Amino acid sequence: MAAKTLPCADPPLPFFKGRRRQLLAVAIAVALVACGRPEIEGPRDSVVVGIALEPPNLDPTAGAAAAIDEVVYANLFEGLTRIGEDGAARAGLAESWSISDDGLTYEFKLREGARFHDGTTFDADDVKFSLDRARAENSTNAQRGYFEPIEAVEAVALYRVRVRVKRPTGAFLFNLGQGDAVIVARESAANNAVHPVGTGPFEFRRWRRGDSIELERNDSYWGDKVALKTAIFRIVTDPSAASAALLAGDVDAFPNFPAVESVPAFAANRRFSVVTGTTEGEMIVAINNGRGPLRDVRVRRAICHAIDRDAFIESVLFGHGQAIGSHFPPHHPAYVDLTAACRYDPALSRALLKEAGYGQGFAARLSLPPPGYARRGGEFVADSLRAVGVRTEIVNLEWAQWLDRVFSAKDYDLTIVAHTEPMDIDIYARDDYYFQYKDDEFKRLYAEFAATIDEERRMELLRALQEKIAADAVNAFLVVAPKVGVWNARLKGLWANSPIQANDLTEVRWAESGSPQ
Amino acid sequence: MTGRAGAFILYLAQRAAVLALTLFVASIVIFALTQIAPGDPAAYMMGLNADPAAVAALRAELGLSGSPFERYLDWAGGLIKGDFGVSYTYRVPVGGLILERLQVSLPLAVLALGLAISAGIPLGVAAAAQRGRFFDGAIMSAAQVGVAAPNFWAAILLVYVFSTVLGWTSAGGFPGWERPARAIGALLLPAIALALPQAAILARVMRSSLIEALGENYVRTARAKGLSRGGALWRHAFRNALIPVLTILGLQFSFLLAGAVIIENVFYLPGLGRLVFQGITQRDLIVVEGVVFALVIAVVLVNFLVDAAYAVADPRLRTR
Repeated sequence: MAAKTLPCADPPLPFFKGRRRQLLAVAIAVALVACGRPEIEGPRDSVVVGIALEPPNLDPTAGAAAAIDEVVYANLFEGLTRIGEDGAARAGLAESWSISDDGLTYEFKLREGARFHDGTTFDADDVKFSLDRARAENSTNAQRGYFEPIEAVEAVALYRVRVRVKRPTGAFLFNLGQGDAVIVARESAANNAVHPVGTGPFEFRRWRRGDSIELERNDSYWGDKVALKTAIFRIVTDPSAASAALLAGDVDAFPNFPAVESVPAFAANRRFSVVTGTTEGEMIVAINNGRGPLRDVRVRRAICHAIDRDAFIESVLFGHGQAIGSHFPPHHPAYVDLTAACRYDPALSRALLKEAGYGQGFAARLSLPPPGYARRGGEFVADSLRAVGVRTEIVNLEWAQWLDRVFSAKDYDLTIVAHTEPMDIDIYARDDYYFQYKDDEFKRLYAEFAATIDEERRMELLRALQEKIAADAVNAFLVVAPKVGVWNARLKGLWANSPIQANDLTEVRWAESGSPQ
Repeated sequence: MTGRAGAFILYLAQRAAVLALTLFVASIVIFALTQIAPGDPAAYMMGLNADPAAVAALRAELGLSGSPFERYLDWAGGLIKGDFGVSYTYRVPVGGLILERLQVSLPLAVLALGLAISAGIPLGVAAAAQRGRFFDGAIMSAAQVGVAAPNFWAAILLVYVFSTVLGWTSAGGFPGWERPARAIGALLLPAIALALPQAAILARVMRSSLIEALGENYVRTARAKGLSRGGALWRHAFRNALIPVLTILGLQFSFLLAGAVIIENVFYLPGLGRLVFQGITQRDLIVVEGVVFALVIAVVLVNFLVDAAYAVADPRLRTR
């Protein structure tokens, strides 16, 4: 039965009682907030570095995630050679080496007195163990190709290792400097994924999954001690959270700042330095060379000419980045500027399509993985292509789906992705790679390049390789991904460029306030 | 007395059987759904340039070969023993990962719920007591805004005001429970962001439920006997009006435990929501299965507690 409310059924609100409790709650909250305020950094010997992706584990030799190298390379682990900011390989755990005249035998003289973080000594046995482990049958090393040319590894003396290769391999020393080739200890290798033990200038202290990875200075390092006592890698995925963290001082540096659109605000702020550099990441519109109209080189060239790279950089990458015409980064000495071959010319595009028999255009699907550059870039590219008659439909995919559908099953027409491995021009020589580019001339050139040790000839061949894939318009090459780093203005020693995916903290130090820098 | 005790034990046994059946069915559904998801965890982990042989070796190592039936039995068998399996990406036991993340998510959920209750219920009661007047209208409009505004927007706003502009708190992150004061400070802003929409909902539900209770006969009787307005409200109407509110609280707690993924992103907290979200994107299926199953357990437990709370709150439900 419906109960009618009586006129006097409104009791007065017990205002005063409730209000007092609420005031008390607010007071407690303020007190807690004040307690929760982060301390000002006292002695400046520690740094908090923000990274966007958390590494799945900390063993660079047993998985592929670039995020692993970004934490451990040069900090925790070292290889026989080491890659510096200029992209060249120099001495690492191998003090010196000699190569036989026929290029088939390398003899490395190792550093004496180096130790792993658990105290065990570093010697030839560890090198043999590491290289054999990487090239074993059941190895899960993502770059087994680096070790495939090795025929045998011998520990000739306590600090001498002889490596015999099956054929002359020009990139061998460079590859030994990559994260997948770092030296691990027989005693601790199995546990590296969870508790990494290397020879580097930093030691692993703790990993709070989802939050941060802490490193501390290795006081028994064989080389120069680093300036920092502690380094903390903090995982911040959200771009706006990254900005907030920098402004609040929770994070001191973002070597790869994710919120590129807010960079101008940081550039104008004197507390911060904004440093833009290059990477090895070639951002491309990958074309399925084996499918329908895309088999015709004229159609692929038409796609190339339809995209205005400068406008792409302005609108999609907020002004950061450099246009490329082939699969090679501009900072490398062997780079050839082929951007003119792919200049923006929609009229030429339409003419080429007509010549190839597609005057009425054709339909194409553009499959996009999650990153911002792909999703935003996808809109731009789809627009550009529609303007010349290619009816482009956008399909958004998650990474796992992309790897399944596009990369493995090659079920795609076009896609946008960044290839970040250094010297990865060899992917064009692989028949079953997702580009479906099968060209004998290229494979011949590449085989010659791989076998050449002479630097001059290697440069020549690299140029020829770049020209070949540009001429064949295998993909529409867009830009080299920029590395935009934002960090506290008093922090010195962070890399500007990223020739390998790493955050080398060995030179990082805080400048004394007031000193001339 | 023995009759009542016997009936009670029978009741408990029935509930336990239902619980076990629920968990069993849930495990099958969870496993089936994660198996349907496309994508190979090993391929994802190895990346674009990886050697196909290495990918195959990783698949074998992770135990991804084998029929779905075998893998289900493996997993379910482990669950019964309390072993949630080993994460594909992290290579550590899933149970350990969940416990680590619970250290952030559970206090966060409790804190958020506490704030929501302490704000929502008094405001709802006040609105009901003052219904029809200006105060009621003001509170309900504010509640409307609270429900409509996305909680991540509120979160970003809070970060901007309290961290960037005022500099009172850090922008996020969780410093660990070694320093409890700092830990709670880190959870405070996220809890407020989570609590705002929940408080708004609670206020509305409390208000409508209380208005209905206030119109019942027993309230009229109490007032006729000489009880004051406040007395009639708090001693008689309030408890009986709590039923819908308790239901909502149970639902909210389950949501807060794992649904706070967006807030966890904005404040970069290492919580349960982010764990399962990362697991989904990285195809770490075993983590997804483990977390979802743990949440099923949590929800069932919370429901059980809410049922018990009903009986405590509303005496009318006790005499059955």
